[in-house]
Amino acid sequence: MNWQRKRNRSQSGRVKLGLNQYSESSLQSSAVELPSAGSVVGTKPVQRVGNTPLLRFESLTAGLPDVQILGKAEWLNPGGSVKDRAALNIMETALRSEKLAPGKRLLDATSGNTGIAYAMAGAARGIPVTLCVPANVSVERKRILAAYGAEVIWTDPLEGTDGAIRRARELHEAEPQKYFYADQYSNDANWLAHYHGTAAEIWSQTSGRITHFVAGLGTSGTFVGTSRRLKELNPGIRVLSVQPDSAFHGLEGLKHMATAMVPRIYDPSLAHSNFEIATEAAYSMVKRIARFEGILIGISGGAALAAAERVAHEVAGAERNAVIVTVLPDSGDRYLSEKFWTE
Amino acid sequence: MSLKISIPTPLRRYTDGHGLVDVSGDSVDSALQSLLDQFPLLKQQLYTEDGRLRSFVNVYVNDDDIRYLQRTETTVRPGDTISIVPSIAGGRGR
Repeated sequence: MNWQRKRNRSQSGRVKLGLNQYSESSLQSSAVELPSAGSVVGTKPVQRVGNTPLLRFESLTAGLPDVQILGKAEWLNPGGSVKDRAALNIMETALRSEKLAPGKRLLDATSGNTGIAYAMAGAARGIPVTLCVPANVSVERKRILAAYGAEVIWTDPLEGTDGAIRRARELHEAEPQKYFYADQYSNDANWLAHYHGTAAEIWSQTSGRITHFVAGLGTSGTFVGTSRRLKELNPGIRVLSVQPDSAFHGLEGLKHMATAMVPRIYDPSLAHSNFEIATEAAYSMVKRIARFEGILIGISGGAALAAAERVAHEVAGAERNAVIVTVLPDSGDRYLSEKFWTE
Repeated sequence: MSLKISIPTPLRRYTDGHGLVDVSGDSVDSALQSLLDQFPLLKQQLYTEDGRLRSFVNVYVNDDDIRYLQRTETTVRPGDTISIVPSIAGGRGR
């Protein structure tokens, strides 16, 4: 085998046989020191959070030669959604500051993806997790949370995530010594995950050519963190937020800010403009992307691409080489039990 | 005993803030029509332009999803509670 021949040429004198010593870097140069016999290989799943691919959606810009629409494939995070970024950063920041110390449980309110991310990372790190979740989340989500071993407190489906937030606050107030209340809606570690991660990745993956950033508002962490950093890198970048078109909607994870409890981390002064997307427009986009791009995106990703498509048509002809980037929070396979696929 | 429809919080802005509305009717369809007669602005929230319940609107009679009963033809009687529940966990309207 090639790698053995290269190892034999090593001048380190420390060559030992055994596959556990094999690593990619040892192939690159004969001068590289080989790892010691006891070193481990492979990656832990939480190390795979972030650095998601930037996918190009050419079917949305047919006839618009100078415009590209790109989307971050966030379902490729190990927990299956963009929420891995915020949840992991919230957890790690709390561990560093010792707000999350042995004997405490991580507590938060979530409609699903953040809960799955906490539950996954908690299982991997041995941190107990308690989640307040509206009882109308999908069966798929309930089963994933159970599989990771999180404690779930179901809240009134009629009250949505805001009912779950109130329940989490009550639990924390009643037993503050028992819980670290992560509070993704108010925790700066949420938007900072995107400031340091998502934005830097987009900048690098587009070689700094991004002209527009489009993202949905839920906790607003993705939009706020990414927009802040991108504007610092290039003040000419236009940042556009996406919301449901009314209080009653089917865009999982997104908030209608005018009528919902507004997250503390939300900064309404950031967006140059805001798109209101109907649930049916997002469904239609999800189906189009599946059929014509071969990619199964989630419903909030459908809303984001519907907004990105509007931007593409607005800028077409007005400027050259528009590079519109959005974030696709999760995969369509989290919504397969929804009725819209067959209606 | 009366027949009631429970309203999710994002829709209470269209029901003068009421979370529970008394309606009449002997099926889910006629009960929903009774609700719309009282609060006409709910129609475009609940129905598509061609008159179907929007995909993310789930309706329960007591604890049962009407998708697994006789859909909007499901029979209801006094004492039952019909619940309108969005299939996702959106924010609160207030």
